[in-house]
Amino acid sequence: MSDLVTSRGRKWFEALSGKDGRVAGNPASLMVSPGTLGGENVVYVGIAPDPKSRFPRAGHTEVGVEEGWYGTRNLRAVIEADKNGPKRPIITIIDSKSQAYGRREELVGIHLAAAAIIAAYADARAAGHPVIALIVGRCVSGSFLALAGQANRMIAFDDPEVLVHAMYKDAAARITRRSVAELDKLGEEIIPMAYDIGSFAKLGGLYALLKVATPDLPNDVTTAQVKKVLVEAINDARRSPRTLDVRLESDAAKVLRKASLKVRRMMAEQWAAA
Amino acid sequence: MEILAFEFPAAAEKARRAHIGVVGSGDLEILMDPSTDAKTHAKIQTSVAGFATTWKAVLERFLAQHPEAANIEINDFGATPGTVALRLQQMVEVSRS
Amino acid sequence: MTFTPTLSKDVLELSSRRSYIELNARDRARQLLDDGTFHELLGPFDRVESPWLPIQGIVPQADDGCVVAKGKIDGQPAVVIAMEGKFQGGSIGEVCGMKMAEAFRLARQDNEKGIPTRAVLSLESGGVRLQEANMGELVIAEIYAEMVALRKYTPLIVVITGPTGCFGGMSLAAGLATYVVMTRQARLSMNGPEVIEQEAGKAEFEASNKPFVWSVNGGAQRYATGFADVLVEDDAVAITAAVRDLFRKGQPAQLRTDQYELFIKRLSSLDTSKQWTGEDIRNAWKENAQ
Repeated sequence: MSDLVTSRGRKWFEALSGKDGRVAGNPASLMVSPGTLGGENVVYVGIAPDPKSRFPRAGHTEVGVEEGWYGTRNLRAVIEADKNGPKRPIITIIDSKSQAYGRREELVGIHLAAAAIIAAYADARAAGHPVIALIVGRCVSGSFLALAGQANRMIAFDDPEVLVHAMYKDAAARITRRSVAELDKLGEEIIPMAYDIGSFAKLGGLYALLKVATPDLPNDVTTAQVKKVLVEAINDARRSPRTLDVRLESDAAKVLRKASLKVRRMMAEQWAAA
Repeated sequence: MEILAFEFPAAAEKARRAHIGVVGSGDLEILMDPSTDAKTHAKIQTSVAGFATTWKAVLERFLAQHPEAANIEINDFGATPGTVALRLQQMVEVSRS
Repeated sequence: MTFTPTLSKDVLELSSRRSYIELNARDRARQLLDDGTFHELLGPFDRVESPWLPIQGIVPQADDGCVVAKGKIDGQPAVVIAMEGKFQGGSIGEVCGMKMAEAFRLARQDNEKGIPTRAVLSLESGGVRLQEANMGELVIAEIYAEMVALRKYTPLIVVITGPTGCFGGMSLAAGLATYVVMTRQARLSMNGPEVIEQEAGKAEFEASNKPFVWSVNGGAQRYATGFADVLVEDDAVAITAAVRDLFRKGQPAQLRTDQYELFIKRLSSLDTSKQWTGEDIRNAWKENAQ
């Protein structure tokens, strides 16, 4: 493992799975490993830094075209292998800065590579695999959509370095012509625009917001703590429909997603009447 | 954003429901419903503040031609008075079709 | 009286055509549905607007920039969802995104009940609405979930004509579509040119160089490299016919998102040490067509 560049995502992947996630044929940025958790077989997935990435605009934990397509192949193999048997939980450990921004990426269709892994996660969930997203670090924009969005249950560390957002603050400030200070102030009033994970939790998407004593460096105690919550999330997912409805039906969503709920109710009424 | 509200006397005849336009740059959206009293009520949400008298004048000119009692809601994204007048006219055509 | 045409055939053709690009979202939805079958759901008079824009001093639109209409296509039950690119750049916020997700969900439920219902998504979108940021991200994930569930039952067709194009979260929605219809004026790209230039520099992506931008993400290039199934002229009738014909064709042998072996083979064949042109990728794809 000596040549592998470390990251928060890699450390948690290794702590939870006990493996480095390297698979022959996969790019080094993609970590995949079988493991056991709570007495059953699971599959761990993650994105790690890869300074030797073939794509220069990827390799710093981005979701690029290789991560998308190879990730898809790995997930499809899990779905296929479990087709006639128990559906292994798929646990994605997320510390991924964003999608990759580059000319090469656009030319070869990064939108499709990202769509492909989303479809694979969604199909895994629909097939009965508990799909769990464990957000231990950055999970911004395309990383959220590609790696976390289709999970039955999303868990995030309650830590200042954990970031779920549409866009990094400096870029958002540039585009909306606001200062970073103004964005911070706005986030206090407009919860969906806030950058702290506690505000994200208020939107109802998270199964758990987890205070971990050592978010940067897993130890036996914190690893056991995280595993316990993962097992609970897996069990909870197995008891529930294989949809994302749990997010919109959460108590938090009843407060901040009133408009979503109104759309759902009115659309159903008008659809039936049309 | 500025929110304006006006009330005008109207004819007994009621306007018919119509919708026109898009809240795009230099454009506006208008929703018109029949009013339940013999007045026309206009509510304007506009991205450009400070033009209350212009809005009032454009609406008065329009209502002189079309006095039917209506609730008019406008979502404006910086349309010129000429564009506003044009959209109001188109809305009447839509309401008659 | 005889009339001698002095205009070229191309110009005559153009003048007899009705532009789809110039239609607003409502008229696009109406256009794609069979005549007289357009029935809008959650229309402007329902006034379900964004709750997040007015509190930030931004004028909302009564339909939040998304038109959902039930009707028929080629005589079959259908739902058409059309994004309005002129309102907030076709950005996806809570309400418009939920309208889209719910339309797909209800169409899927009808399919499950044995009412085969088709779906078309006419996209003009710059991506997630930054004023609704994380709410948009959550809703977009829900849109994807419903798209993946629905496309098992029926082809799900995305139409991208421009002028806004299709970027960010909605480019992935195009990726999830069964079929993609584009015009030459349309662009399809995950990251907007300005964003790439900002992140990676002008040498990586020169956003102001329009021919370059279109050579990467324009409809002709996307069609030539298989990211779009049909390339049409900006003609409302031709676009409607293209959609109808794709539904007649039915489900494809393989969804685009299932082509991981093909794409891995293609990616492996490329020399990533250099920058490529659109033509390089056209050629590389030809060498690895299967």
